[in-house]
Amino acid sequence: MFNSKKLSTVLIIILSLSILFLGIYAFASEGQEAAREAAKEIVPGSTTPWWVWPLVLFVVTFVLGILAVLGGVGGGVLFVPIVGGFFPFNIDFVRGAGLLVALAGALAAGPGLLKRNLASLRLAIPVALIASAAAIVGAMIGLALKPNVVNILLGATILFIVLIMAIAKKSDFPKVPHPDKLSQALEITGIYREESLGKDVEWNVHRTPQGLALFIIIGVMAGMFGLGAGWANVPVLNLLMGAPLKISVATSKFLLSITDTSAAWVYLNQGAVLPMIVVPSIVGIMLGSMVGVKILVKAKPKAIKWMVIVLLLFAGTRALLKGLEIWK
Amino acid sequence: MTEDRKKASEEQLAYAGVLNIGMWIGLALLVITFILYISGVLPSYVPIEKLSEIPQGSNVPYWGMRAHEFNQAFNVPTGWGWTSLVAKGDYLNFVGIAMLGGLSILCYLVILPILIRKKDTAYVVIAIFEVLVLALAASGILKAGGH
Repeated sequence: MFNSKKLSTVLIIILSLSILFLGIYAFASEGQEAAREAAKEIVPGSTTPWWVWPLVLFVVTFVLGILAVLGGVGGGVLFVPIVGGFFPFNIDFVRGAGLLVALAGALAAGPGLLKRNLASLRLAIPVALIASAAAIVGAMIGLALKPNVVNILLGATILFIVLIMAIAKKSDFPKVPHPDKLSQALEITGIYREESLGKDVEWNVHRTPQGLALFIIIGVMAGMFGLGAGWANVPVLNLLMGAPLKISVATSKFLLSITDTSAAWVYLNQGAVLPMIVVPSIVGIMLGSMVGVKILVKAKPKAIKWMVIVLLLFAGTRALLKGLEIWK
Repeated sequence: MTEDRKKASEEQLAYAGVLNIGMWIGLALLVITFILYISGVLPSYVPIEKLSEIPQGSNVPYWGMRAHEFNQAFNVPTGWGWTSLVAKGDYLNFVGIAMLGGLSILCYLVILPILIRKKDTAYVVIAIFEVLVLALAASGILKAGGH
């Protein structure tokens, strides 16, 4: 267990940093010709009547909403690569919509998770400050990059998420022998009722400084790609910092409502939000999630998890090849 | 003491309460304004049918353009400039979006007095910084480069 934790943490750091540095490098070296290059993209089916695409978008996001719940991932991580790869919308508008989709989902889930004491405000508040500030930087970098650079980085990130989903182990109740000084000073601790065990579980966290440092990278990536960051939040909160899995998942979901807010404002202020893309997507994902919750009772989660992994693998490869102009 | 820790704290419940009400109002606004937009009850600033059209000299439809190109093509204001177009069907949708975006700031402002009363200095400071970060993002002062 220790090895897999260590391995996934090291992998997260190496790959995230590579992507981040590549992004910053590209950001620094690109510039004015971005607009010209974007206009060269050829989008199939762009002469279709306007109402067809929002309708298809609604149907697709409805299905994504179901899959997201059954596969245990956030809607944003499926939304951006799939809509960005197969719809005629520019990746700027898709990322703006992706952030708002993730934000709406997090806002809807937040109150219930907070009231049931599964999402911890004491854990979320320090993490949110780091992640939301970093997400602003990520959004600004993302909007300045050329679309094909964004697609390459997005594709690489999605393929990395697939790797995390496939290999990362989760720990229901990680052992935290010695809470670190920072978490003690901030009193990041709690008790929640674990219904499956019929008992109360007391939890603490450790390695808080390392966890907070990783949230800088997570925030930048969330803002840059318009992805919800649950795929990265949960492993850091659970495997690195030692919060119980339920607390990690719930706090991560709530955390997105703050992290994505800061990045979403940058997209909104830069005019990268089109209501024609945003609203059908939010409504589709939310309705799909409601249906997904009902199906979840009867479904086989493991089979669906692998289905989502294959879907992400396909979407990630598509984004990568689109960015490399191999598959336009 | 243990019984107290099992329950959500006062500030956590206050945050959840505001979030719950604001989220439903924001989502309802989003859906209502979108219906007004696509039904054509209010005129759109950017005509709906234009979005999927390919402009002369381009290979992509308007919604396939980069955000700054789209804004240039239709002379769309950035930042809070959309508020001047709120009578238009498309920009009316931004009211609901801005409401959802502003909700976290409101929630932090609601819990601040509770944290101050509890003399939870560290969290008071962090919460103030968070409000400043979100307000900075919302202000429109920050500009992305490349155009």
